[in-house]
Amino acid sequence: MAKKISILIVDDEESVRESLYSWFIEDGYRVECAENAKKALTILESDQFDIVLADIKMPGMDGLEMLRRIKAHKQDSIVIVMTAFATVDTAVKALKDGAYDYVTKPFDPDDLTHLIRNATMQISLSEENESLKSKVVSLEHVEDLIGTSDAMKHVLKEVESVAQTNSSVIITGESGTGKELVARAIHANSPRKFFPFVSVHCGALTESLLESELFGHEKGAFTGAMYNRKGRFEMADSGSIFLDEIATISTKMQVELLRVLETKSFIRVGGNKEITSDFRVICATNKDLKSMVESGLFREDLFYRLNVVNIHIPPLRNRKADIPLLVDYFIKKYCLSMNRQQVSIDQGALKRLQDFNFPGNIRELENMIERAIVIGDGKKIGLKDLPLEKSVVSSSAESLDDFEKTFIMQILTKYNWNISRTAKALQVDRVTLYNKIKKYDLKPADQQ
Amino acid sequence: MNLQPVTLISFGYFEKDFLEQTAEAVRHEFNCPVNLREGHIDLSDYYDPARRQYNGNLLLKQVDSMSLPDSRKTLGLFNVDLFIPILTFIFGQAFLNGRCGIASLYRLSNERYGMANDDKLMLERLKKEVIHELGHTFGLIHCLDSACVMRSSTYVEEIDQKNIHLCSDCRNQLAGNPA
Ligand SMILES: [Zn+2]
Ligand SMILES: [Zn+2]
Repeated sequence: MAKKISILIVDDEESVRESLYSWFIEDGYRVECAENAKKALTILESDQFDIVLADIKMPGMDGLEMLRRIKAHKQDSIVIVMTAFATVDTAVKALKDGAYDYVTKPFDPDDLTHLIRNATMQISLSEENESLKSKVVSLEHVEDLIGTSDAMKHVLKEVESVAQTNSSVIITGESGTGKELVARAIHANSPRKFFPFVSVHCGALTESLLESELFGHEKGAFTGAMYNRKGRFEMADSGSIFLDEIATISTKMQVELLRVLETKSFIRVGGNKEITSDFRVICATNKDLKSMVESGLFREDLFYRLNVVNIHIPPLRNRKADIPLLVDYFIKKYCLSMNRQQVSIDQGALKRLQDFNFPGNIRELENMIERAIVIGDGKKIGLKDLPLEKSVVSSSAESLDDFEKTFIMQILTKYNWNISRTAKALQVDRVTLYNKIKKYDLKPADQQ
Repeated sequence: MNLQPVTLISFGYFEKDFLEQTAEAVRHEFNCPVNLREGHIDLSDYYDPARRQYNGNLLLKQVDSMSLPDSRKTLGLFNVDLFIPILTFIFGQAFLNGRCGIASLYRLSNERYGMANDDKLMLERLKKEVIHELGHTFGLIHCLDSACVMRSSTYVEEIDQKNIHLCSDCRNQLAGNPA
């Protein structure tokens, strides 16, 4: 850790000093308190502080007078003044006299955090961050990105080169190829890695929910909203935001998103204060955005703003050489999480997996292995543990998939979504049926 | 395992299951026994009518005075809106390197933000908040690791972003500083 940031609190109220003291101590700052301006000035004669947080209204010498004296003594001191009421006049006066900023008591914890963070950025923390930033040498946190195939090496190389930049990235690839893992790897290897990675699954939310999710809302924005809610863009400040299934957002949201990307600022739902946030945007889609642009379904200007770098993840069937490594990885993962002894896989079963087409990609393979470990004998995964025989092995998967999907849906509807009865009618076990439901994202008609 | 227990004192009504699951999470994270107790105090003594909230500083001192000598750390659980004089609200607070802390369930419920109730999510938030405040009593300060439970959160959405566990740095610090 570099040198601790130090804060001097000047307030005549003991409870205020106490509260601020414990708040800042927990943040790791060095903190001292003074109960009046005179005492504060005495402390400042013998000790240096990065930030002085002072009440304006104090008996004896007031905060404004103290501010002037501190500034006369040391021009670059950071002094933040606190006012009990929104006495804007006094606060403006303080700003004119060189105060860094002012806050009105009581303040929102988040505002206080931001205020101090902004102030410390101005001091020296940036140096420390710089040294942390330059520490990134080789790719980290990519252990989930399994594969030694040329296709996968290419993806890793792209992750490495794009991570250090601030560019927007679109990750494309079929469902289940691991787009979020790639997004996380980009973040984890970027200078933003010490700040949040915030992910939003755009497809799962209605337009109004997405708006509140992304931008947050102010209390009273709608019935029941008693307190403010922080949106994803705000939470991603200094970090990265991952927008999954970007192609699903409405035209209205596309307009709003474009504006946020251009200005890096927005207003919470039901609010009027402009909020700025410094985030990097990474999105993902399994759709062909370019053709959506051509057919007018996706805004061209937004597309170009998002698509600065495109990383494409190939489907699993195009990198079958990685299947043994992936199988091995998932076996270890699930045996560990289920607290079971490590199992192995029969060579014949592995061979069949390598021949399989995997329309659901890595996620499908992962589900298969998990299921095999659950139902298997605990020693070796054999062909009988893998739901391959009834599945589609041909390359004309699409039409057969459609057929299977429609067929399963029909039976499910017929049996009113009773899983046991449907599975029996289809002559498959329940786990397989669940996998299919998941794979095709089937839902009862009233839930769609 | 350190045999000196952490004590969780609940004030007001909590589902038994909620308390037990929280205790289990604490036991797991700090590898020590956890005792559950019920506290009975008149909360109206801590109510500030002007702010229509409960004074977190006074409650923290109250919990401190109720700590049993054989208890390593004590944490008071509340279900009221807490404030400290300088801040509009707090989720909880603790004495850094001290022997007690407090946390409240009040602002951890989705319903207060106009969203659908989610008990599971609320329990997760409570566990994280409790472990976070206890972390302070063990001398841990806020952590920069965005997944670490010791990361500072001023919004529930930020609590959701972090894990329920201490990162390896905090864990090492805890091991070297067995307060
Ligand atoms: Zn804290
Ligand atoms: Zn940590």
